[in-house]
Amino acid sequence: MPDMQRPTLGSASFGLVMGTLAGAALLLLAAPTLVVLVTSFTDGYSLKFPPPSYSLRWYASLIDAWQLQDAALVSLKLGAVVTAVSVVLGTAAALAIGRSRRAWARGLDALFMSPLVLPALAFGLASLVFFSTAGVELSFLTLAIGHIVVSVPYVLRTTLANLAQLDPALLESSESLGAGRLYTFRRVTLPTIRNGIGAGAFIAFMSSFDNIPVSLFMADARNEVLPIRMWQILENSLDVRAAAVSGVLIAVTVLAMVVMERVAGLSRQLR
Amino acid sequence: MTAITAPGLAGPATAAWPRIGREWTLALPLAAFFAVFFVTPLLLLVAVSLYADAEMTRFGLDQYIRFFGDTFNLAVLGSTLLLGVKVTALTLLFGYPLAWLYTRSGPRMQSALILVIILPLLTSVVVRTFAWIVILGRDGIVNNLLLSLGLAETPLRLLYTEGGLVAALVQVQMPLMVLPLITTLSRLDPNLLDASAALGAGPWRGFLKVTLPLSLPGIVAGCLLTYAAAVTAFITQSLVGGGQMLFMPQYIYQQTITLHNWPFAAAISIVFMMSVLGVVMLFNLLGRASKGYVHA
Repeated sequence: MPDMQRPTLGSASFGLVMGTLAGAALLLLAAPTLVVLVTSFTDGYSLKFPPPSYSLRWYASLIDAWQLQDAALVSLKLGAVVTAVSVVLGTAAALAIGRSRRAWARGLDALFMSPLVLPALAFGLASLVFFSTAGVELSFLTLAIGHIVVSVPYVLRTTLANLAQLDPALLESSESLGAGRLYTFRRVTLPTIRNGIGAGAFIAFMSSFDNIPVSLFMADARNEVLPIRMWQILENSLDVRAAAVSGVLIAVTVLAMVVMERVAGLSRQLR
Repeated sequence: MTAITAPGLAGPATAAWPRIGREWTLALPLAAFFAVFFVTPLLLLVAVSLYADAEMTRFGLDQYIRFFGDTFNLAVLGSTLLLGVKVTALTLLFGYPLAWLYTRSGPRMQSALILVIILPLLTSVVVRTFAWIVILGRDGIVNNLLLSLGLAETPLRLLYTEGGLVAALVQVQMPLMVLPLITTLSRLDPNLLDASAALGAGPWRGFLKVTLPLSLPGIVAGCLLTYAAAVTAFITQSLVGGGQMLFMPQYIYQQTITLHNWPFAAAISIVFMMSVLGVVMLFNLLGRASKGYVHA
């Protein structure tokens, strides 16, 4: 009977097409990371893949690479400052606009989120124009300010998503039982949004640590950040040390990701 | 509820933590921060773009006239916007089945998949782009494979081509597409698909008539994020695209840092932002329409 045949043929071809495309997507997502990791253990002077032989020489060479180390230190310091300020400003703003359906709250929400879709390079240029017009010299502070603008949206987004799950009845019953505002915040609101803040802080840190468009315009010579240093290496000399730095960054990212998944359920917060 | 605290009675604790009805004050610090360090710079950028000359002495629309009067500039803008379309379409083609696979997998498989999906999102863009230099380079995997299979006699130039750039951008932006799709697909009622199957619809028909239309909001959200990220991906564009192709972000950078022509750089930034904003608003309209479709 042809009617019995059709669904099985259909499901076979459907599964095959979807499975193949999904498999290709997975390969595409995972392969570049693996390629960088393998290349970083090369013994040679070029980025040949697969490497002719393996060694740890490029990792060892990082020990004397003081320029890269300085840049990494600036990036870490910057990420810490940016994350701390973003969490305070972002969480406070989320509490304010989270449970309001008024026009001003939605307007502010759109404003605070807009750095995510606006070309970051244009904002970097705007900041450069702003600080030079104001007569402020570029420094660690101006760099941090620029980074905060593009990092706050991540904290806001995850915190808002968690606030949406908070049952207002819980707040009212806490209030009616005589709990103060601060007590209610600590015992009811905070436990609900804690994971959202944590995940948002993590992503804000990563986005600052990885930011180039804003740093290009805001960083002065004394505050060179790691991604820009790496970008210059890749543009000029294709130094194999870049592969070793990449290897370190991938290892640290994977480790941080697994920890954040355990602590704050990172993957649930990202959706 | 309204604030009923009399001014005289407000102690230090209530002052530090506003009562219900005054929660909006908590948004003030960030609002002030954005007003000074986000809105003001952007307004200044508009002002600078209205200078007629690079020395910034006279006002005029000269920069915009210069931009739109030259087909070279329009070609750069056009190819940038088109690059975003290509990357977004390919990302959707590969990302959708991956999100679909995720929702059909067991919990263990799901946690493995989500890590593979998120890892590129959190890995440095420079590192991800660097991987593509290794893959597409003269000594890279693709060339070695082609040579050993006898499909090419000499290494092909893959780096600094648009095909290579699109491939790299699809990989770099894939998580931005897959994550919203997973959210939408996980919320779909499985009964709908069962009902469609019980009524005799095959998997293709069920997919095209039930799953795909109902996941439109996720598709729109994913496309929006992917598009915005792809057109502004300065690093990937400059490293994988090389000097052969010029896109708007590099054009802005070049005019600012190399040529010090701030007014023209500001003008092309404004044109670029407005174009991206236009596309974003178009996506948002589509998103709203698709939500209405779903609820109807």
